[in-house]
Amino acid sequence: MKYLSEYRDQKLAEEFIKEIHRITTKPWTLMEICGGQTHSLVKNGILEMLPEKISMVHGPGCPVCVTSLSIIDEAIYLAQQPNVIFCSFGDMLRVPGSTKNLLELKAEGADVRILYSPLEAVTIAKENLEKEIIFFAVGFETTAPANALSVIHADKLKINNYSILASHVLVPPAMEAILSDDENKIDAFLAAGHVCTIMGMEEYFPVAKKYKTPIVVTGFEPVDLLQGILMAVQQLEKGEYKVENQYARYVQREGNKIAKETINKVFDVSDRIWRGIGSIPHSGYEVNDRYKKFNARLKFKINLPVAEENKECISGDIMKGLKKPKQCKNFGTKCKPEHPLGAPMVSSEGSCAAYYHYSNAENVLA
Amino acid sequence: MNLQCPMPKFDFDSITLGHGSGGLLTHRLLQSGVFDIFKNDLLDQQHDGASFNLNGNIAFSTDSYVISPIFFPGGNIGDLAINGTVNDLAMCGAAAKYLSLSFIIEEGFTMDEFWKILVSIKFAADKSNIKIVTGDTKVVEKGKGDKIFINTSGIGIIHPKANIHHKNIEAGDVIIVSGNIASHGISIMSLRKGLEFETNIESDTINLNHTIISLLEKFGNDIKFFRDPTRGGIASVLNEIAELTKLGFYIDQKLIPIDEQVDAACEMLGLDPLYVANEGLFMAIVKKEIANNFLATLQHDKNGINAAIIGEVTKVNAGKVIMKSRIGGKRVVNYLTGEQLPRIC
Repeated sequence: MKYLSEYRDQKLAEEFIKEIHRITTKPWTLMEICGGQTHSLVKNGILEMLPEKISMVHGPGCPVCVTSLSIIDEAIYLAQQPNVIFCSFGDMLRVPGSTKNLLELKAEGADVRILYSPLEAVTIAKENLEKEIIFFAVGFETTAPANALSVIHADKLKINNYSILASHVLVPPAMEAILSDDENKIDAFLAAGHVCTIMGMEEYFPVAKKYKTPIVVTGFEPVDLLQGILMAVQQLEKGEYKVENQYARYVQREGNKIAKETINKVFDVSDRIWRGIGSIPHSGYEVNDRYKKFNARLKFKINLPVAEENKECISGDIMKGLKKPKQCKNFGTKCKPEHPLGAPMVSSEGSCAAYYHYSNAENVLA
Repeated sequence: MNLQCPMPKFDFDSITLGHGSGGLLTHRLLQSGVFDIFKNDLLDQQHDGASFNLNGNIAFSTDSYVISPIFFPGGNIGDLAINGTVNDLAMCGAAAKYLSLSFIIEEGFTMDEFWKILVSIKFAADKSNIKIVTGDTKVVEKGKGDKIFINTSGIGIIHPKANIHHKNIEAGDVIIVSGNIASHGISIMSLRKGLEFETNIESDTINLNHTIISLLEKFGNDIKFFRDPTRGGIASVLNEIAELTKLGFYIDQKLIPIDEQVDAACEMLGLDPLYVANEGLFMAIVKKEIANNFLATLQHDKNGINAAIIGEVTKVNAGKVIMKSRIGGKRVVNYLTGEQLPRIC
C-alpha cells in the first residue's frame, strides 16, 4: 500500500517537474513503451505539466493493440468450435476481429470466459475433461512465464484437453523496428518496467549503443514516470545514450532467472505480425516442439486466410510514434470505444482509449 | 419476529416450477411463511393489489436486482432489493412508505437460501420503516435464470421542504460524497469465481432514507440534488448531471474518500474506483454557504462518517467532469463505455 501513496506524492512530483523544466533546453521526443505508462501519463495530467519542448509519443506496448487481426480471427474461430471453452484475459474481448469480437461471440452463446490467470484455465480443463479448454496466451514478456507455467503444469498433470493460442510479442525487436524506420523521430525510450522485471536490462544495451538512444527502464506511477523522463532528458542534454534503471525496486539487471527459464522451456522465439506495423522478425513466442500438443494452432489445424486490416485505422503510425491519437481524422468521430476502427481505442492500455477517456475534449481544461 | 427468524417447516427443500404456478404449491409457499414474515394490515388483505391513501407529493421508483453472487460480505440480494428502492426514493427527497416485492426464482433454488433472503428483506424493511404491501412469485426452468432475481417498486411521500432538481444546481455549489467509494463493487468482485482474494471489504448496502430526511429537515432547499452512485459509480453520476445542467463539475482526486484495501484491490484489478458500483452511498450538491455545516451534520450520522467535500460546480468546462489528479494534473472524467474489463498486466 505504501507504494501507492509514495509514488503519487504531489510535492515529489512537483519537484521532478520543476527539475525537468530547468534542465530542458532543446526539443526532445520521448517514447514510453508501455500502454500502462501511457495511461498513467494521461490519467494524471502529466502531459500538460511537461515543458512544451518535450513531446511524449506512445509506444507499441499494448498487447491488445498489437495482436494482429489474423490472431483475433483465430481466437474467434477456436471459440466457435463445438465443445470448446475459450478462456481469455478480459482485455481481449472487445478487440474487433474481421467480423466480430469475442464479447459478441459470448453474447451469441459461445463459452468464452474471462480469467485472471492461465492456471485457472488448467483447473477448468481438469474439471471439464469432456471439453477442450483453450487459453488466449497474449501479452509481452510479462505474461509469458505464467502462460508457459500453465503448459508445464498441464503436462505434469497429464491434462490432454488444454491448449494455448500463443500470441506473445517481444519488446526489444519492436524498439529496433521503430528506430530503424526512416521516419523515426524518437530521441529516447522509457522502457516498460514490468517487462524488464522478467527479462532484465541486458537486451537493451546493444540497442542503446547501436542507435545512440538513451533507454530508461521506468515504472508506472506518476512519480516513476516523471523521474524516468528526467533521467532520459538528463542523458539527452548531455549527449549520452546509456541504459538506466529508474524502476530499481523491481528490476534487476539480469531479470528474473526462474521466469526466464520457464519461458525458454515452453516457447521458441518466432516471427510475429504486429497489428498496424507488420511482420517483425524474432519478435514473438510460439509453443516449441517439446510441448506442441498444447499448441492450439496445431491441435485444431487452424488454416484461416490472412485478414486485411482496416486501412482507416492509423494505429501503426501511432504505435511507431509518428502520430498522436488526435492527429487521426477518425478519432472520436468514426472511431469511438463503442465502435472502434482499431484496438487502441478499446484496450485499457491503448493510447487512443487513453486520450478519448481522459482528454477527449481538446483544450477543455481551464 | 425475533432476530433469529427460524425457518418454518416447509414440506419441500427447494423451489420447483409448481411454486410459481399460482396453484396449490404457490399458496402453500406463501401461507407457510412469506405472508407471516411480512405481516401488515395491507398485505393481510391478500388481494391482487394494495389500496391506501397518501397525502402530499408522491415519488415512485422501481428497480430490479440480478446480482451474482447473491450472498456477499455485508449483505445479500434481499436487503439490497429493499435498500436500493428505498434509497432511490430518498434521492428524490421522499420517505419510502410502501414497496412491492417480486421474485423470479430459478427452479431448484433451496428453501434454506430463500428463507435467508426473506429474513434479510424483513429486517431491511423494518429498518427503513416501510411496508411490503404487494408481491409476486414466478419460477423459471433450471438454466433460464441465475438463482433468484428480485424486483421492488416503491412509493414515498416527498418531504415538504425538499426541492431536489438538477435545474437548481448553480456554479459555486459544492459536491459532497457521503462516504468511501467503490466498497460495494469490490466486495462483490472479491467473491467472483477465479478472483477470490482475501479481504475484509464489506458492501455498504444500507437504507439512507432516515439520513436524507433529517438532512432535508435541517437544510431544506439549500440542498440542490441527491443521487446514489450505484452502477457506473460516482463518475457516471457526475457525467449525467454535467450533461443535464450544462455546467462544469470539478473534483479533486485527493479529496475522494476510499478505503485503502479497496484502493489497492482496484489497482490490482486495473479498475478505476470512480466507475465501481456503490450501495449505501449518496452524492449531494448543496449551496456553498451551507456546505461545511451540511458536511459536519452528515459526519455525525452513522451513514456519513467518512463524508467529504470532493469538488465544486463551475461555469467553465460546461457539460464536462474534470478531475485534479493526485499529483496536481488535470484530466477529463468521461462516461464509461461498456463494462470495466480487467486488464492483462
